[in-house]
Amino acid sequence: MAQANTKKIKKRSDNEVSAARKSKHGTALTVFFAILSFLWILPILIVVLNSFKRKAYIFKNPFGISNVTLSQGFDRWRAGIRKTFVGLTNYATAIKKTDFFRCFGYSVFITVLSVALIVMLCSMTAWYIIRVKNAATKTIYLLCMFSMIVPFQMVMFTLSKFANILHLSNPLGICVVYLGFGAGLAIFMFTGFVKQIPIELEEAAMIDGATPVQCYFQVILPVMKPTLITVSILDAMWIWNDYLLPSLVLNVNKYKTIQIAVQYLKQSHGQVDWGAMMAVLVLAIVPIVIFYMAVQKYIIEGVVAGAVKG
Amino acid sequence: MSKPLKKYWPLFVLPTMAAFVIGFIVPFVYGVFLSFCKFTTVTDWKIVGLRNYTRIFFVDGKLDTTFIHSLWYTSLFTVVTVLIINVAAFFIALALTKGIKGTNLFRTSFFLPNLIGGIILSYIWLMIFNAVLAKYSKTIVSTQWTAFWGLVIVVCWQQIGYMMIIYVAGLQNISADLLEAAKIDGANNWQLMKGVIIPMLRPTIATCTFLTLTNGFKLFDQNLALTGGNPGKMSELLALNIYDTMYGTTGWQGVGQAKAVIFFILVAVIALIQHKLTTSKEVEA
Repeated sequence: MAQANTKKIKKRSDNEVSAARKSKHGTALTVFFAILSFLWILPILIVVLNSFKRKAYIFKNPFGISNVTLSQGFDRWRAGIRKTFVGLTNYATAIKKTDFFRCFGYSVFITVLSVALIVMLCSMTAWYIIRVKNAATKTIYLLCMFSMIVPFQMVMFTLSKFANILHLSNPLGICVVYLGFGAGLAIFMFTGFVKQIPIELEEAAMIDGATPVQCYFQVILPVMKPTLITVSILDAMWIWNDYLLPSLVLNVNKYKTIQIAVQYLKQSHGQVDWGAMMAVLVLAIVPIVIFYMAVQKYIIEGVVAGAVKG
Repeated sequence: MSKPLKKYWPLFVLPTMAAFVIGFIVPFVYGVFLSFCKFTTVTDWKIVGLRNYTRIFFVDGKLDTTFIHSLWYTSLFTVVTVLIINVAAFFIALALTKGIKGTNLFRTSFFLPNLIGGIILSYIWLMIFNAVLAKYSKTIVSTQWTAFWGLVIVVCWQQIGYMMIIYVAGLQNISADLLEAAKIDGANNWQLMKGVIIPMLRPTIATCTFLTLTNGFKLFDQNLALTGGNPGKMSELLALNIYDTMYGTTGWQGVGQAKAVIFFILVAVIALIQHKLTTSKEVEA
């Protein structure tokens, strides 16, 4: 008894020591990570800063705010700031040169519609191939697995030519291409989830006289919600940021996504307009940051769930 | 369930499979076929046997090392990024599961670059690299090594946050009781790491290693935007090398397609090895 008591006391004091050490440690770590995470997003902040600068000063003085140092006198320094910055000029140029809002519209349209198609149709297919077991569904499942390990370069030439022949080189048609190319991963993840749904749930609905379609929409779909969100997040991140597939499939003279617009602004004739470039980068990042802040929880969960299954 | 559902295949399976056939099956099969043909588009092919495959390595009877260079450059790049990303992500995750103040904010900022596409990320860094290197009158494409480390920095910046999130989830799955028990038994930090954390985290480490491995091997956007393969194709990773062969010069589409087939086989082998390793581990456990 006495021994146990001393042990307890000893343990408590140990804990207190480690807690005290931990809090000291904790503060140091907090400071360290505060600095590190500031440095982590610093590149983005530098781009934001430079997007307001006159073209000529972006490379002359990328990290400062004035072209004269403070030691040369406060007034000259202030005049230097005024000379360095141009306000929103770069943004106006960038929006005009890239037709930014149009590209933004195409990006939103393609991403939203493709993700909706993938999530809706692939979850239906996944349910079907798990519940109806025969040689055909087994083959479909294996082909989906197989498609996941095929890199895009393998199909890029033929896919873009076929898309052209089938008149899919527009924002609507490319969604079909995304559905086809994204089906593998989506079906893989959905089948993984459907396998865990107890079949009694569906049987009960069927006994109540529900058709398979009603059963799918009223019973299965609500249960699948977490996986629907996971797949939506993963595919939205993929499609929004994708450059190569749309640049090959779309008729880029008519339709450009944001990624394509940025790349074409850089490639375009001769001297790169780094002012407009900085502005368009900021314009491209802002919607992502807003989206991230809004649904951060789901994004993090989606990434984790996707990694565990993929 | 299966009986009434069975006849609903035109609704449940047909749309997805139609798109799958258009978007994957036909392009894949036709792609393999075209790697044995000379062609400029999908309708004017002429079978040439293995000529495309030999032209990858020998041009006019002379050895062409571009593809081989690209292969080892990619391998080196992949090894370096896998190591840096996983080690950094692991230690950041470890620190950010200790419950220090500001954890959420830190996680948010580390993860942020991952959401930004490769093209945009690369131009952010291109501007910064060139601004810094201008002081030494260099650019990011001065040599293949400046290009190499530039790519490494961009890719690490992009992926460390992503892998950190996965490591955080893995660390949170380790039961607190287990750690507590080890501590009571007098395990120090190093023993805790070696004896408990690392073994318990093995599946997570496998996942992250595989993800970074394939990401590195298949990297394209960052390569195109940051270096464009310069100087003189010396910083071309495999994916860009294939793209360049296919679209850079006419008459080389067949060779590009043959390179793509080899690329596919390499990626498939990595995936199969990974699959074998993880499933055999599961049996063990």
